[in-house]
Amino acid sequence: MSQDRPHVGLFVTCLVDMMRPSVGFASVKLLEQAGCTVDAPAAQTCCGQPAYNSGDRATTRQIALDMIEAFEPFDYVVAPSGSCAGMLRKHYPGLFEQGSRERERAEAVAAKTYELTSFLTGIMKMKSVDAALDQNATYHDSCSGYRELAIKDQPRKLLKTVKGLTLTEMKDAEICCGFGGTFCVKYPDISNNMVTKKIANIEASGADLLLAGDLGCLMNMAGKLKRQGSKVQVRHVAEVLAGATDMPAIAERDE
Amino acid sequence: MNQTPTSRNFKRNTAGALVNEQLQRALSNVPAGFVDKRARARDKLPEFDALRDQARDIKNHTLAHLDLYYEEYEAKVAASGGHVHWCETADEACKAVVEICKSHSARTVTKGKSMVSEEMNLNAALAEAGVEPVETDLGEYIIQLRGETPSHIIAPAVHLNKDQIEADFRATHTGLPPERNLEEGAALVYEARQILREKFIAADIGITGANMLIAETGTSVIVTNEGNGDLTQSLPKVHIVLATIEKMVPTLEDATTILRLLARSGTGQEFSSYTTFSTGPRREGDPDGPDEYHVVILDNGRTKMLGSDFQEMLRCIRCGACLNHCPVYQAVGGHAYGWVYPGPMGAVLTPSLIGVDEAGHLPNASTFCGRCEEVCPMRIPLPRMMRNWREREFERHLSPATVRSGLSLWAFFAKRPRLYRLATGFAARFLHLWCGGDGKLETLRFAGGWTKHRDFPSPEGRTFMAQWKNRNG
Ligand code: SF4
Repeated sequence: MSQDRPHVGLFVTCLVDMMRPSVGFASVKLLEQAGCTVDAPAAQTCCGQPAYNSGDRATTRQIALDMIEAFEPFDYVVAPSGSCAGMLRKHYPGLFEQGSRERERAEAVAAKTYELTSFLTGIMKMKSVDAALDQNATYHDSCSGYRELAIKDQPRKLLKTVKGLTLTEMKDAEICCGFGGTFCVKYPDISNNMVTKKIANIEASGADLLLAGDLGCLMNMAGKLKRQGSKVQVRHVAEVLAGATDMPAIAERDE
Repeated sequence: MNQTPTSRNFKRNTAGALVNEQLQRALSNVPAGFVDKRARARDKLPEFDALRDQARDIKNHTLAHLDLYYEEYEAKVAASGGHVHWCETADEACKAVVEICKSHSARTVTKGKSMVSEEMNLNAALAEAGVEPVETDLGEYIIQLRGETPSHIIAPAVHLNKDQIEADFRATHTGLPPERNLEEGAALVYEARQILREKFIAADIGITGANMLIAETGTSVIVTNEGNGDLTQSLPKVHIVLATIEKMVPTLEDATTILRLLARSGTGQEFSSYTTFSTGPRREGDPDGPDEYHVVILDNGRTKMLGSDFQEMLRCIRCGACLNHCPVYQAVGGHAYGWVYPGPMGAVLTPSLIGVDEAGHLPNASTFCGRCEEVCPMRIPLPRMMRNWREREFERHLSPATVRSGLSLWAFFAKRPRLYRLATGFAARFLHLWCGGDGKLETLRFAGGWTKHRDFPSPEGRTFMAQWKNRNG
């Protein structure tokens, strides 16, 4: 590791890559501001959760090995997602037999994998960001980030330094929004019950901007808010922290 | 009462539950009634998490030496004059209970709350043998009147609202003045008590469950809030305890540790109103107690869980915290799960007991939000075990064909980064164009489950990786 500029492998995550690349660029900007050299290795695809959570362990293992290989050369692996970072950090090692070479490699990658805001505050000791936004935001704590990686204060700490931004807590911020990957299409009606309750809490907070650290949850909540005709805008926390809010918010029409 | 599983129809069950306004109204009380109370109880006990570790270790140790502890337990029960009946299946357990009833020519039995009895479908077996079972736990009493099954492991009637219960009481307790006021919950409790008093006195046999069995003393423990369990087990001449093999703890001390977690996790109380220890029948000089004390211990497939991926489920103390905190349970209630055990603990336990073919939906109907594991006093890794069930289903090709083919198509690309880039690049552009600058789609054929309830946000147009490649040459 070069002492002053850690070499970070950005794990863009499949959803950010395909749906909202600006979150990826916002992450790069923040990481560079924090003093890192960033690269996004071309061999990355997805963390493998669709297979893992469907019970397909063999496919998960293959994808995990590819990912491990892609990210082994870096000092750190950072993802703008608690769920995908959690997959690498908490679940990859268990895919391989104790004592095997693969297990060792998985553990090494797991140990250096972080969710974006926890990496910025915890490892890079970032105290503030250079951004401004005149809005009233509320923050949804995505399940994996909150329960697997203990992400709660990290994004809030940084958001408090965004000029002009007010942070208003909603009720039950850490209760699941009903996304759950394939869950929301396999059990759409249950998912709808959950996201409806979430949306009610978001609206009740009085905030005009919803933030979170996971694009899946954000798309779910944005989709529901827009279906209900809500005015609340939805963005990934990285966009706000990087001052990259010129893109239309999620599910919002082009200006 | 019918315990034929309907877990297979989970989707249909949930569809009904989600539009059942009475049910939704009743379920909306769960957060304030259980979740908030548990949080307060936990906050008041600084050593709460340390106790969870201890409790986990106690049960792990017990499960590792279960045979030894049962030897000790059985010897202690025998020494105190009681009898232990080992039953491999629910049928055998029902037979054992019916035999005891017959040998005493029992006409009515009172029953304390017991999920094992539900698992055995005991009430049906008793009725068939000409014995009238009377549920004495208020919630159980209510659902017995309604011909329903419990929808929660500690709050069996949580799916009901007070006005529904009032209507049931008026329809059933026809001997009472119709103009009586039953608006307050307390009035309902009072009325049920009056009715049950007579039943307690008339009962030939009392049947209770057991929250724990204690090896060093041969004791069974029950906790209740109504005192009905005490009347059930001490008034009749015969007390039958129903338990399953995982109820064992080695010592009184261990039982105390677990009791400190049980009520706090379940109802948010520091302790339940009544905690009762029973050791054998009445002794010379005892002021009360039964003449006979029987313990029916049911396996019903649990020994097969020992040493498997699902062994840790046998630490469960049936506190109900995982149900109370589960957003899926809160959305659909307990009956939708289609068998005795609902919620996250049911999603793991039910496939073990009735087979994953029947109960395959249950471990799938979870977002893996992890709240169950977060609150489980016994630190049971419920999401991990739900995933283990999904793996079994996948291996046995029980997962739906659409899921399998979708997954294999996705996996084909995910394992080939270059093709993956092409495919995602195409999809992102295509969907973006399709949205036509509107930011979202209101219908999307291949994701009907999504767009049935929400819009589909438009992708920005070009993938990150394509732009990154350009930027960095
Ligand atoms: S699994 Fe845990 S939380 Fe759920 S009932 Fe059992 S002990 Fe309680």
